[in-house]
Amino acid sequence: MTRLAVVSGGLREPSSTRLLADRITDAVTDRLVRKGTQATPSIVELRRFGRPIMDAMLTGFANAELEKAFDDLAEADGLIAVTPAFNASFSGLFKSFFDVLPAQTLTDMPVLIAATGGTERHSLVLEHALRPMFSYLHAVVSPTGVYAATSDFGAQDAATGLSERIAKAADDFTRLLLSCGPRVRRDAYADELTQMQKLLGDAGK
Amino acid sequence: MQFGIFTVGDVTPDPTTGREPSEAERIKATVAIARKAEEVGLDVFATGEHHNPPFTPSSPTTLLGFIAAQTQRLILSTSTTLITTNDPVKIAEDFSVLQHLADGRVDLMLGRGNTGPVYPWFGQDIRTAVELTVEHYGLLRRLWREPVVDWSGEFRSPLQGFTLAPQPLDGVAPFVWHGSIRTPEVAELAAFYGDGFFANHIFWPASHTEQMVRLYRQRFEAHGHGSADQAIVGLGGQIFMRPNSQDAVAEFRPYFDNAPVYGHGPSLEEFTAQTPLTVGSPQQVIERTLGFREYVGDYQRQLFLIDHAGLPLKTVLEQLDLLGEQVVPVLRKEFAVGRPERVPDAPTHERLVAARRESSADGLEGGQS
Repeated sequence: MTRLAVVSGGLREPSSTRLLADRITDAVTDRLVRKGTQATPSIVELRRFGRPIMDAMLTGFANAELEKAFDDLAEADGLIAVTPAFNASFSGLFKSFFDVLPAQTLTDMPVLIAATGGTERHSLVLEHALRPMFSYLHAVVSPTGVYAATSDFGAQDAATGLSERIAKAADDFTRLLLSCGPRVRRDAYADELTQMQKLLGDAGK
Repeated sequence: MQFGIFTVGDVTPDPTTGREPSEAERIKATVAIARKAEEVGLDVFATGEHHNPPFTPSSPTTLLGFIAAQTQRLILSTSTTLITTNDPVKIAEDFSVLQHLADGRVDLMLGRGNTGPVYPWFGQDIRTAVELTVEHYGLLRRLWREPVVDWSGEFRSPLQGFTLAPQPLDGVAPFVWHGSIRTPEVAELAAFYGDGFFANHIFWPASHTEQMVRLYRQRFEAHGHGSADQAIVGLGGQIFMRPNSQDAVAEFRPYFDNAPVYGHGPSLEEFTAQTPLTVGSPQQVIERTLGFREYVGDYQRQLFLIDHAGLPLKTVLEQLDLLGEQVVPVLRKEFAVGRPERVPDAPTHERLVAARRESSADGLEGGQS
């Protein structure tokens, strides 16, 4: 079984960001099933966590609901992360979520990046904002992301090729997921304890 | 069980009046608070150590020495003494002198400090904080226990033939607590040496404290210092009281909403639900505090934070009256109920001297047989 976490930074309901997240998640799940693996996605809608994210930023700890969302990510084998493009970057809420996510949560995690925007002119937000941030967090970012503009949802699918782009991104991400295999959750707590025991051992009594 | 207060020593404008005390006022107020703590029957006063504004306590043993001269029974402590950026030789000297002046009414709590720039101001580097802690504390222990110390390490110039002057009072080092918010490293360090473990327990969810104390107790037993329930545990706590619960909430809210640490974030109601902060009547404080035992076991020291975020001195002294008259007497009685014989009290100088005498007497008998 493959555990998928999906982070959607959409703000409105219905949200085109969530719509894109769902289409990508379905495409990845289909491919995993075809490879003989069940997939269980857990969805984190950031709007619900607007205040808790800011509280966590100010107090240094997450409330129980946000902690649960952190756990969903930490337990996942792979992440699908989708944000609206705001002012040539990801939304502030999307960035803030990853700013308060405990360090090391995404280390070695396969990530499929995706974004939505008003026009296709913002599509490089994937390469200039999302990819560097996830690389910095030591995630393994899938080579193909998906960008969807408003016109993608209105036009004939064949004309803009959104379905093909989702299919290509899902193919690449599924391959990455399967080759990375089940992910072992990082235990920073145990790491710190081991380091201290080693230091004290070296220091002698 | 010991009860007391710990202070951060912040200079913060009173949000209800905009008035900001001078540094002199804040320092003198801190002394008045400590004196009052003794007067109302508390056991411990502890001061933080900070090296940047808006904080005043950069020289804790100076402050504690001054308080020692004006008190008779109060145990003077720190919360915390920075084991990373202070020279261990200077810590040993300062606390030895304080021990003699205060007739042994002294212990200390060690911490790493998490303000990056403070480290280079004292010639250190926050990235090596853990290694510094282990090395400095190893040296500090030897300075207090060995008459002549030869030492070399990575972070300090070597010592050849160094003898601490003055030697610790009665040949017994001050008891050491290790203060922690949520790092397992500190629990392991305290357990390794059989020292006390103090969980900060304010501003953070109690689940962190529970996890850390459990680890410390397990490791204390694993290192052979006694059973897990004999480990020495201290907790912080944050309270604001008025006889009437609604009055407490109304009066404290502007201080909460503007507090430097958590202000402008969660509401007072959310924060009291998520952390051990208790704002209400003395009875509510008693009930909440007695509940701490459910997740840390029987413990030895409870310190409250009562004087931050711009609360005026008069209000703080009123909090101490309520603590001394209505809260601590009940807590002393209730915490004693069902407490097993084998759970020790917090170490004091007298108990450490007695324990030392006992163990050297044992050693003598062993030698004769």
